[in-house]
Amino acid sequence: MSILINKNTKVICQGITGKSGGFHTIGCRDYGTQLVGGVTPGKGGETFEGLPVFDTVKESVDATGANATMIFVPAAFTADAILEAVDAGIEVIAAITEGVPVLDMVRVYETVRASGATLIGPNCPGLITPGECKIGIMPGYIHNPGKVGIMSRSGTLTYEAVWQTSNRGFGQSTCVGLGGDPIVGTSFIDLLKLYEADDQTEAIMMIGEIGGTAEEEAAEYVREHVSKPVAAFIAGKTAPPGKRMGHAGAIISGGKGTASEKVKALEAAGIEVAQSPADMGEAVERAIANKA
Amino acid sequence: MKIHEFQAKKLFDDAGIAVLENVVATTADEAAVAYGQLGGEIAVVKAQVHAGGRGKGTILECPEQHGVQLVRSADEARTAAANMLGNRLQTIQTGEEGSVVNQVLVEAGCNIARELYLGIVLDRGNKLPVLMCSTEGGVEIEKVAEETPELIHKEHFDPHFGLQPFQVRKICKQLGITGSSVRSAVKFMTSLCALYVKLDCSLMEINPLVVTADGELVALDAKVNFDSNAMYRHPAIAELRDIGEEEPAEVRASEAGLSFIKLDGNIACLVNGAGLAMSTMDIIKLHGGEPANFLDVGGGANTQQVTEAFRIILSDPNVKAVLVNIFGGIARCTTIANAVVEASREVGFSVPLVVRLEGTEVEEGRKILEESDVELITATDLTDAAEKVVAAVG
Repeated sequence: MSILINKNTKVICQGITGKSGGFHTIGCRDYGTQLVGGVTPGKGGETFEGLPVFDTVKESVDATGANATMIFVPAAFTADAILEAVDAGIEVIAAITEGVPVLDMVRVYETVRASGATLIGPNCPGLITPGECKIGIMPGYIHNPGKVGIMSRSGTLTYEAVWQTSNRGFGQSTCVGLGGDPIVGTSFIDLLKLYEADDQTEAIMMIGEIGGTAEEEAAEYVREHVSKPVAAFIAGKTAPPGKRMGHAGAIISGGKGTASEKVKALEAAGIEVAQSPADMGEAVERAIANKA
Repeated sequence: MKIHEFQAKKLFDDAGIAVLENVVATTADEAAVAYGQLGGEIAVVKAQVHAGGRGKGTILECPEQHGVQLVRSADEARTAAANMLGNRLQTIQTGEEGSVVNQVLVEAGCNIARELYLGIVLDRGNKLPVLMCSTEGGVEIEKVAEETPELIHKEHFDPHFGLQPFQVRKICKQLGITGSSVRSAVKFMTSLCALYVKLDCSLMEINPLVVTADGELVALDAKVNFDSNAMYRHPAIAELRDIGEEEPAEVRASEAGLSFIKLDGNIACLVNGAGLAMSTMDIIKLHGGEPANFLDVGGGANTQQVTEAFRIILSDPNVKAVLVNIFGGIARCTTIANAVVEASREVGFSVPLVVRLEGTEVEEGRKILEESDVELITATDLTDAAEKVVAAVG
């Protein structure tokens, strides 16, 4: 098995007729994802690359049985698109869009959680179960089916970790990009629970970065509830305080959210921390050896 | 996005949040006139720069002048303003070069009974904004949080409902605000939280928040930051941006759609993705080098944007070598390779260039570089790239 998505997942794209939405719809379908349609308000009844386009998510779910969506609509409409997906009963929502106002996420967060749906993102690359289902913008070919669950606040840095674990012959169970914003739908802890319960996942790689306390909370959870080997890397050791490092959420403010605090908490929980971004694959190997 | 104190106080005043009477001056004579207009015996002249720590900061051209000055006559107001205007104020937040003072705020004095601290930020853990108050007005909140966290009182609020009056009454109990001041506090704090939501703020800080001898709450200082992602729905706020307060290279980069932050080292880096860009800085440092910048060209960057990125990093005279680190996803290695060739032709690389390409269209990208006449050092992975660029600097 894998977590969240697999070969049976049926995916729609909200914003399918837009430039990015269209481009990545084709990319995901070519990878082998069951892409069943898309939504663009006002363009219902048209087709895109042979896929049906609907005015509302509700119609697309009724017609195709879709249970997952990837959202590429502009930032100003992303909160609305997320709530529409929740309303239509979609189970996995990947919001790829960057630049969503943070108070919009404050407004939708509780509604999404209460519904039981899983929101990944916003401002994320999406998620992939190699060989089965890709929902998002990551390059599919670097992934191999395998045993490492990778979760990350960053996009390209995740590719780096995937590449390193693929080169070591581990492969990945499911890789999830949580997103770089201050408020995202899914936390490291949410995924740790899923990876711990998943038979295919034999080790977990967590890629964090400066800002917030998500890594510290995850470390505490690992210490108490996770039996599988866990490795981690934290980006931003050299980042100056008070400056946003690209991601809206990557900022050291009031002396809090530094890489060194996070590394300390992770190591205290027995997690194998990679000191260099080139060392992520090896850290997974060490974590597995430690538990053996 | 940050704004000046005088702009924040105007927003407060418009929203019915109490501030002292004040006048903005751009010349020393205007400051003298402002003193007369305010009509009181004392007034305060405050340098308007975005950085904090102005009261303890000094004017570089006039070291005995601080950034906040109590004055008792029109002449004193004129002198203080003349010392500040057009000169650079250095504070703990500005760095050695300081920030140029283009306006001063001349503000009426008031009879202070107590000084408190008030702040509103986003609590990422609880996914809600939080109002924080403390009796330790005038002290840095980080210091209070570190040494006496029990003195900080917090109330979270939902943007749909806003801060409720009962929450203010709870805070009043803890701060020792009593009698008629409670009513003043309810109006002040609920209005402030409503403004935070209405304008998509990311930070509000009033330090100190004053209780006057008459029992009224008044904002003596005002710091307001906004969520840049939400400025599309607040065009009037977006116009308050003061580009003169920002690093010129960062402004230029943001205009080109690039995410760039200048640092003090001598190894420039050009990377796709924020996490990988941060990690590239980290690995340079790990191998004994110092990064000159953070630069994320993003996923959708075209050759023109990446070429502009090269122009920006090469314009820094400290730069002694450049490291290009690309893991192509949406960004294609061919785009980057073409930009390297273009930048070489246009601006020329006067310093060593180390390139590491991986991911989408990597073979084609490497071929473009091999067939070009650009002098570069190829790296096979992250460690190799870091070692080579650090060695190139010597």
